[in-house]
Amino acid sequence: MTELAATVKTTLGFWTYLMTDVILFATLFVTYAVLHTNTFGGPGPDELFSMPFVLVETLLLLTSSFICGLAILAMQRQAKQAVLAALAVTFVLGAAFLGMELYEFNKLVDEGNSWQRSGFLSAFFTLVGTHGAHITAGLIWIGVMAAQIGRRGLTPHTSRRLVLFSLFWHFLDVVWIFIFSLVYLLGAA
Amino acid sequence: MEKTSKSQHMNLTTYVTGFLLSVMLTLAAYFTAVDGALAPRSIGIVVVGLAIAQLLVQLVFFLHLGRETKPRHQLLVFCFTLVVLAIVVYGSIWIMDNLNYNMMPHEMDEQLIEEEGIYR
Repeated sequence: MTELAATVKTTLGFWTYLMTDVILFATLFVTYAVLHTNTFGGPGPDELFSMPFVLVETLLLLTSSFICGLAILAMQRQAKQAVLAALAVTFVLGAAFLGMELYEFNKLVDEGNSWQRSGFLSAFFTLVGTHGAHITAGLIWIGVMAAQIGRRGLTPHTSRRLVLFSLFWHFLDVVWIFIFSLVYLLGAA
Repeated sequence: MEKTSKSQHMNLTTYVTGFLLSVMLTLAAYFTAVDGALAPRSIGIVVVGLAIAQLLVQLVFFLHLGRETKPRHQLLVFCFTLVVLAIVVYGSIWIMDNLNYNMMPHEMDEQLIEEEGIYR
């Protein structure tokens, strides 16, 4: 099998995995849609979230997704140092996003609004937490990949992994757009 | 990349366009919701519309959907996923709305909380 055929095949397989992840997130979104009014006397979405905070989170992740695209462009030029630099920036922005999310979770729990408070908060923590878990996995992936590219250079294998990672990272940004819009923006409105 | 086919080659313009469009759509959605000038229902429609627009932007400019070489299996899998998605989302909301409507009136809820000693 040629490298190109292998790349096409691997990409399709990974894409199919991403599509099953879409279904996972869809069920969590629906759970949220069904439960978001069940606050059991506790605070609702309009009382809990800080909108400017979430906007910053969103822009961090979006920029991270864009920089990840720049890593792919650098990979096409075979510019190893540029790929590593772009991956480093992608990692830092992603980690900043995750840090903000964990800060928000921590604050909610501290104020007595954990996932045990109401059906709405259970659904909220499950949906946003699952996205956060994916981001965490992505950050680990960046670390492993940067080490591989650093040691072996941009071989067909490491390049293929980089392309798959970029799909994963862009996908997580798309999921976040819907969390941002449906959970936060519509929750506040 | 000695063997990447031409159709898979991306360029800077694609990513920059996608990024700028995404930022604009994000800010538009944000200010529509936070400003609160529109009625809640219209805000809902605008915000969901902008989210779908951004989904399309990112699918085309970041995920390069439809840019693969033929046969376009990725696009096919994507379309199938959309069908499953529609069934799962619409079907669940439909069923749960009916359940909410047909079961457990609010007073019953209150009574259960009282009787079972569940305190708010």
